[in-house]
Amino acid sequence: MNAAIVRLFAVVVVLFGLLIGWTSRWTVFDASSLTNNPLNRRPLVDDLRIERGRILADDGQVLAESVPGPGATWGRTYPTGSLFAQPVGYLIAVEGRAAGLELSRAPALRGLQRGISSILGQLNQHRVGDDVYTTLDPQAQQVAAAQLAGRAGSVVALDPRTGAVEAMYSNPSYDDNDPDACSPSACSELNRATQAAYAPGSTFKIVTATAAIDSGMYTPNSIINGNSPILVSGVPLANDGNKDWGPQTLTTAMTYSINTIFAQVAEQLGRATMAEYMKRFGFYSKPPLDYPPEQIRASGVRSPETAKPLPPGSPDEDIGRIGIGEGGLEVTPLQMAMVAAAVANGGKLMTPHLTDRIVDSAGRTVETIKPSMYSQVMKPSTAAEVTQMMENVVEEGTGTAVELGGVSVAGKTGTASIGPAGSNLTQPSFVAFAPARNPSVAIDVTVDQTLGGFGGTIAAPIAKAVLQALLSGG
Amino acid sequence: MSARNRELVGLIPASLLVTAGFAGVFIQRANALSNISLTYGAIFLGLCLFAHIFVRLTLPQADPYMFPLVAVLASFGLVMIYRIDSTLARQQAQWFVLGLILFAATIVIFRDYRRLERYRYTIVLVSLGLMVLPRLPLIGYQANGAYLGVRIPGLFVFQPPEFAKIGLVIFLASYLRDTRQVLVIGARRFLGVTIPPIKQFGPVVVIWGLAMVILVVLSDIGSSLMFYGALLAMLYVATSRLSFVVVGLIAAAIGFWYLGTHIPHVHARVEAWLHPFDPKLYNATLGSYQIANSLFAQAAGGMFGQGFGQAVLSFPIGGATLLPFPQTDMIYAVITDELGLFGAAAVLLTYLIFIWRGFRTALLASDSFSKLLAVGLTAMFALQVFVIVGGVTRVIPLTGVTLPFISYGGSSIVANFVLLALLLLISDRARRPR
Repeated sequence: MNAAIVRLFAVVVVLFGLLIGWTSRWTVFDASSLTNNPLNRRPLVDDLRIERGRILADDGQVLAESVPGPGATWGRTYPTGSLFAQPVGYLIAVEGRAAGLELSRAPALRGLQRGISSILGQLNQHRVGDDVYTTLDPQAQQVAAAQLAGRAGSVVALDPRTGAVEAMYSNPSYDDNDPDACSPSACSELNRATQAAYAPGSTFKIVTATAAIDSGMYTPNSIINGNSPILVSGVPLANDGNKDWGPQTLTTAMTYSINTIFAQVAEQLGRATMAEYMKRFGFYSKPPLDYPPEQIRASGVRSPETAKPLPPGSPDEDIGRIGIGEGGLEVTPLQMAMVAAAVANGGKLMTPHLTDRIVDSAGRTVETIKPSMYSQVMKPSTAAEVTQMMENVVEEGTGTAVELGGVSVAGKTGTASIGPAGSNLTQPSFVAFAPARNPSVAIDVTVDQTLGGFGGTIAAPIAKAVLQALLSGG
Repeated sequence: MSARNRELVGLIPASLLVTAGFAGVFIQRANALSNISLTYGAIFLGLCLFAHIFVRLTLPQADPYMFPLVAVLASFGLVMIYRIDSTLARQQAQWFVLGLILFAATIVIFRDYRRLERYRYTIVLVSLGLMVLPRLPLIGYQANGAYLGVRIPGLFVFQPPEFAKIGLVIFLASYLRDTRQVLVIGARRFLGVTIPPIKQFGPVVVIWGLAMVILVVLSDIGSSLMFYGALLAMLYVATSRLSFVVVGLIAAAIGFWYLGTHIPHVHARVEAWLHPFDPKLYNATLGSYQIANSLFAQAAGGMFGQGFGQAVLSFPIGGATLLPFPQTDMIYAVITDELGLFGAAAVLLTYLIFIWRGFRTALLASDSFSKLLAVGLTAMFALQVFVIVGGVTRVIPLTGVTLPFISYGGSSIVANFVLLALLLLISDRARRPR
């Protein structure tokens, strides 16, 4: 009998091993998939019980903070409402919905990025998350909002030296205190700066010029024939007003935004070279912004015929038209601001970021976001030459409206024709950086549509006002 | 050190645990250490000391580890229940006292427990009668589709299986003592396996039938599994014939499969077990909400747990229940949530040590009845832990049996104290110098 008893105990040990095995399966191996299961409402409870950290502007203005709710829970309030709604986002904990920094910086705001809880748990039930200090400048944000009033569009400004996002405003905005009250006509959760697909138009000539010079195939003084119209991919392409410019330098072509010259340059460079430089600028992938990936769009080319995205360098590309920012090219304003920033920073594109630092509830800085290089887009000499070309645009070309007294600005206008042919609907945009010789701000302004408006007349003045705010504020 | 002194020392961790545990819950609640926690600890320690002195006087040679292990489990359970609902904890403490009284009474009345054999038919009939009670109209109590108890109006819900399990083990131990020789005689060997004559499978058929009847009549998968497993274990130890076990398991598999697909309530449990995250089952009444949330709670616990009092049992806005029956069926999930994999494993290990001491008592016992009784009681105890923890961790379909000494429930606490008393009686007799 005793041998049987010992064997029986062995069976019990095996059964209990099974129990421990299964317990570890749920607590350790499958824990994250269980936590993320849509049926699981526990993580929501956590969000309700934690006093989330605040989100602040670069000057310490509070953009989001926690307020006590019913039954030992916490809610969120956004004192600045629609002004910062796009970058800050919102949290509706009961439904587990979040957007913007509230979503992308949730681990820090919940204060959970460090260590594991002890076996006795935090004896202090009151859990406080960390504060997120953003790089956003309230004054520039306000100016952007005021300038865009009445127009759908967006403003995004970066510090080209660090990648810090100083302004990000999309009009119409919405009140993040009550996102559900937003009706599609009056307001929008869509962050045009990161999510909207625009035809860049002539602002894209910065990319074409960079590829032309940096690849060594052209110099700013290369002469190209600017007659109009010419056949591009078998279809006639004309300059503005069908003007015949005759032989001109690349610099002049940039200053007066001569389409036929840039289309020829792009065709000469070829799809592979253009794709290579577009990738270096960050096209074809989502910018690595500390913002929810589902709220960021990758810029690239969509086939005008099939409306399907084309892979980089695809033989289906109408590369001549892409070279002047058309031909199915779709960009986000953030991407175009990154283009300006790369040129401004001597060819070094810095990783864009909205967060400056994370500070715990005791005031200790937990993490500082250090500037990091995203890619070396071009040689510093190329950057200097493209900068000179962009300065000419502002001094004597299409972008004179942005001239700031005493501060040199480098910029490029864009006026894409949208809507049916002959409708005269345009989509004005302007990218710039300043001061041209020692840039501290790179900016993109894009307006959804105007009737016959130009980048130089509609978008450039908006850029000018925001640049002034940012440059005077330091 | 004498056995009883070792027992006394063993009680220290239990009293420390209960004091520390209550202190933890209190700090959690009020952000202040209340002296009530010390009072609770002191009362608990006093009760344990009283029981210890009683054992010292009556059963000086009994196993020194069993009582402290039970004290650890019970004190831990008390803290967990207090954390869930302080009113329930007070009631549980009262049951604890009643359990100790019955513990003492059992030791006094059945000083010579072998007298139980004389009443074996009375015991088995009363046990079977108890099992049927929940199915009777008016007094029957149904929970989650299973007939689990008898409602004593205004007082409590009495759960007969908790007591019937002891009665059935006593009966089978006595019956097998008489017949184990007969069961083996006449066996033939075929292909190296000893095959007893067909008619000798009688006891297997009877306990199989009992398990199936529990399943059909009470829809109680948990008790059914527990009884069948424990009685089969006794049969194996009595005869040392693996063929009984093999045939028994095959028969059980067929029976459980057939009933699992044909009895609606049992089938629902099996479906919830197989597809806990199917949204349709999740939202259905008697669906998979409970088991799915048990797993969610365990995932929240992780390796080290969220800490005492940190588990989320209901939604803070609106108060919807996130973990149904946290103090009974689901207490293991609450433990895992708060103390993590390590805490849960420690609890299981405590049970395993107790089970080891139970089987060791069986090994030391000199007569077949004592051996079989100790094996049966220990196996029943072990399977009860396996059935509920296995259910909560989705090893097997979830059913409502209690986690011995930890779950809230008067019947469970009292019955398990009687079980402990019997094991200590057997142990004292086995270890007595001859």
